[in-house]
Amino acid sequence: MVQEQAPQKLSIQFEDLHQQNESYIVGMWTFLVTEIMFFGAVFATYLVYRVVNQEAFWQAHRHLSVPLGFFNTCVLLTSSLTMALTVHYSQHGLRKQQLLFLLATMALAMTFLVVKGFEYHHKFVEGLVPGPNFHFEPAEYTRVAQLFFSLYFAMTGLHALHVAIGVLVMGVLAVLIAIRHPSVQDFIPVELVGLYWHFVDIVWIFLFPLLYLIPR
Amino acid sequence: MSNEQQSHVHSVPIRVYLLVYVALLVLLVLTVGAAYLPGHHTTLNNVIALTIAVVKAVLVILYFMHVRYSTRLTWLWASAGFFWLVIMFILTLGDYFTRHWVPVQGWQ
Repeated sequence: MVQEQAPQKLSIQFEDLHQQNESYIVGMWTFLVTEIMFFGAVFATYLVYRVVNQEAFWQAHRHLSVPLGFFNTCVLLTSSLTMALTVHYSQHGLRKQQLLFLLATMALAMTFLVVKGFEYHHKFVEGLVPGPNFHFEPAEYTRVAQLFFSLYFAMTGLHALHVAIGVLVMGVLAVLIAIRHPSVQDFIPVELVGLYWHFVDIVWIFLFPLLYLIPR
Repeated sequence: MSNEQQSHVHSVPIRVYLLVYVALLVLLVLTVGAAYLPGHHTTLNNVIALTIAVVKAVLVILYFMHVRYSTRLTWLWASAGFFWLVIMFILTLGDYFTRHWVPVQGWQ
């Protein structure tokens, strides 16, 4: 199946399309590198405390729901697929398919947030939110369990924030595509949003085993 | 004014995306399965879980993020981020993993 690729417009500040596309994509990767280092520092913090408190982290992680985490991982991986397909159809200038898969990606992203919301709610009810009402059995692990849940909420919270920003950005993109706005004539805006979205997926790929699947 | 040109971007076939997706799901099931292996293999389990996570991340980066088909500059930029990340991890954990070699009062 050979599909014709959509033509692109060359802006005057660029020599050719190759340079134009590379500039946008490398620019986006520059932002992603700052994001890698930003999340990297949080992951490094987590790893240090995990290395020091292996047993207590194992005790604390048993209060997380592996089925829900597994489900959410599937949801995010699927959303990465639909985003990749959005970019594919965008490269071929197929507006309808592009919009359809972009909306599917948004729906999956919101599904992820809803499930995350239920998980957070459950932690509140169980008294596993760090603070004066924190309650943990066995009691000897209370201090470190509180540390684990602080890290849990900080890491998944930061990630959820990125998912929420992704939903907003995809919403704006969908509207721009729907009204045939001149700024989304070629595939580059979709590709850049896609890069961001796959990065968010990668963060979760590491969060899931690190938080939900701690071996004893 | 801008002019229209034919785009020569490498468009990844849908079949490749689907294959990568299936591979990601298989790896996900493997991670969960490995976590419930009988017996206590803390280090082995950690190594398996993180290796699978790295493989998944590399698949996403190479295919979904198109780095495999991108220019060398993109490739360099993408790897630079993870290269410095690895430096940060190795130096930080190198400290914490070796602290018990030389017991000093007040260190854990």
